[in-house]
Amino acid sequence: MAAIVQGIGATAAPSASSNKFLLSSLGSSLLEKKRNFFVVRSDGKCYTGLNQQQRRAQNVVTNAVATKEEKASAAVGSKPGHELLLFEALREGLEEEMDRDPCVCVMGEDVGHYGGSYKVTKGLAEKYGDLRVLDTPIAENSFTGMGIGAAMTGLRPIVEGMNMGFLLLAFNQISNNCGMLHYTSGGQFKIPIVIRGPGGVGRQLGAEHSQRLESYFQSIPGIQMVACSTAYNAKGLMKAAIRSDNPVILFEHVLLYNLKERIPDEEYVLNLEEAEMVRPGEHVTILTYSRMRYHVMQAAKTLVNKGYDPEVIDIRSLKPFDLYTIGNSVKKTHRVLIVEECMRTGGIGASLTAAINENFHDHLDAPIVCLSSQDVPTPYAGTLEEWTLVQPAQIVAAVEQLCL
Amino acid sequence: MALSTHRTTTALLRHLTPAISYLRHISTDSTSTITVETSVPFTGHKIDPPSRSVDTTAQELMSFFRDMALMRRMEIAADSLYKAKLIRGFCHLYDGQEAVAVGMEAAITRKDCIITAYRDHCIFLGRGGTLLESFSELMGRKDGCSKGKGGSMHFYKKEGGFYGGHGIVGAQIPLGCGLAFAQKYKNDENVTFTLYGDGAANQGQLFEALNMAALWDLPAILVCENNHYGMGTAEWRAAKSPAYYKRGDYVPGLKVDGMDALAVKQACRFAKEHALKNGPIILEMDTYRYHGHSMSDPGSTYRTRDEISGVRQERDPIERVRKLLLAYDIANEKELKDIEKEARKQVDEAIAKAKESPLPEPSELFTNVYVKGYGVESFGADRKEIRAALP
Repeated sequence: MAAIVQGIGATAAPSASSNKFLLSSLGSSLLEKKRNFFVVRSDGKCYTGLNQQQRRAQNVVTNAVATKEEKASAAVGSKPGHELLLFEALREGLEEEMDRDPCVCVMGEDVGHYGGSYKVTKGLAEKYGDLRVLDTPIAENSFTGMGIGAAMTGLRPIVEGMNMGFLLLAFNQISNNCGMLHYTSGGQFKIPIVIRGPGGVGRQLGAEHSQRLESYFQSIPGIQMVACSTAYNAKGLMKAAIRSDNPVILFEHVLLYNLKERIPDEEYVLNLEEAEMVRPGEHVTILTYSRMRYHVMQAAKTLVNKGYDPEVIDIRSLKPFDLYTIGNSVKKTHRVLIVEECMRTGGIGASLTAAINENFHDHLDAPIVCLSSQDVPTPYAGTLEEWTLVQPAQIVAAVEQLCL
Repeated sequence: MALSTHRTTTALLRHLTPAISYLRHISTDSTSTITVETSVPFTGHKIDPPSRSVDTTAQELMSFFRDMALMRRMEIAADSLYKAKLIRGFCHLYDGQEAVAVGMEAAITRKDCIITAYRDHCIFLGRGGTLLESFSELMGRKDGCSKGKGGSMHFYKKEGGFYGGHGIVGAQIPLGCGLAFAQKYKNDENVTFTLYGDGAANQGQLFEALNMAALWDLPAILVCENNHYGMGTAEWRAAKSPAYYKRGDYVPGLKVDGMDALAVKQACRFAKEHALKNGPIILEMDTYRYHGHSMSDPGSTYRTRDEISGVRQERDPIERVRKLLLAYDIANEKELKDIEKEARKQVDEAIAKAKESPLPEPSELFTNVYVKGYGVESFGADRKEIRAALP
């Protein structure tokens, strides 16, 4: 079905104004797809999620499948697009949304005059003014709370944590206020806030600046979590997160900001709850997200040379999991390997393993293998830091063992 | 000013240099008191500020110069090492702010505790850390003070009473009040100096900790190293009231010229006396950093180069002590230059030795996670190798 969707997309988008044309022709097939979504997921939450998706179906282009042939046809059919780095893609998404909706504002440390410590908000303060791109003092707990309060009245703030690790100071606000207010007020208040920032292990940044908070935030009810990994999905997820009426935490990675990619010129918004098929295959399903995607793709090259055919899925949506895409893949390959940057204990991989085991146990030929970071604070020394993370060689070894 | 007359006397005495060199050696080692006036008077908040006249000795001034020259050299060397990619990650340099470190050390003992944020290399040195430990840690080697596992922002020295070295802005303030709590608990007549910056002065945890310290009369001295920029944001853009010494409200405060080592020493001595009797006090050190916030920040996008060079010319702490040494004829230009050369030599030697130090063993990855073994085992990523039992 995805191929049909892409086919329509490819032939129907010769110019920017064909946006609406493209979307309306996709409308019916999208709704059909969403119905399948509905059936697979058994948690109650998907009802509300579905309504939002149906409402947003008019605006969403599910270009999630990005295999080689489809990329080529999209390139031929649509404009060639423009090349940029990941942080520029984030900025583009942010700028487009701020143009579109005056309620969108940004707040964080050094986002305004300094332009953002990773240049994601560079130039925005000059364009939109100091109130819409607010330089906050170093008070994470308070300005996150302030953003949530502003969101309760209808503003759509984007709170930037200079490093995800600093958001631990704001954990109470994120957990108790951001996640729960919609529920405890009986639906009266919605919190359309986006909390974003770079996390993950960088180049020897030390223990406190190499945190992976997705594992801490994942059990907060009421929030959505997404992780971007390419310039294309960074822009799409940023826009989707801003437009979403739910609180969304967007996880970026410190080492991925300078990835260069060609993205389409026309406007596109990605689905927050959908996983991305990076490389279809037959032998084993490798689930990953954020920077580990690149380690996996590196390992995939070696695996292909050795004769294996791994299917690589970038799960993107960390909460809720896209069990539809994942399930289809498991039913095809019967073997699952999860590669993540989280800690082993209580990480995203742990939850994913439990979810897959619960839902697709009958389809598994082997126990799920989960490769994650070691349960230690990230050391400063370079060699030790490498050892805390999953390396491509270990991924190859795990696949070989899994496919025995 | 008084300084010019001293300079003419020095000029006059120059031709007598060989004759009085014998005498000068005596005066260099002597501990006779010299009284110097600080550059600016102290400003107090809910407290009577101490006197502007500071008692010091020739020996102390020489040690100030020596220590500050060493610190300055270490930071500049760290700058080059970072650019040579031997130091990675974050590196926050302290040059320009050395007077705070040496002045504080002169007023207290090693039993008093100091805790600071991530700009900790020089304070570590002041607390008894060696250059070798410092550079090894910066380069992630085994001989580092944290065995290479901490990095630039995590220097510690337990024997020297130095409690770190913390990366999260403001998180060290409640820790510092905890150290003071333990000191009060044990009744050992020591104090804790909790250092933070003007950026951290807007953190809620500061005020929470301050309230508790005041409530229970803890011997905590909160020192705001106000270098006027919280990373890229100037203090007036981040704080409604940049008078950080007044922010304590019910807690007395003192504003000090942080570029004058003697003023810092006077203030710290005064604060220690106060804290042992009356509880917490805030010291605001008006200081300046020449480098950017860290090595990845050029430091010139939010301030002008003229401002930086202006401060360097007028208020540089090492220059101030040099002028004092020359004015009081404790040393001549050549000797001071020799001291700086010696500092450079020491730093170069330490770097060379640190470069030879090996990287930590892979098994070090799992050491020191817990104190006693809980029997927790760690597997390698592919579940076949490295079954390490956490010691």
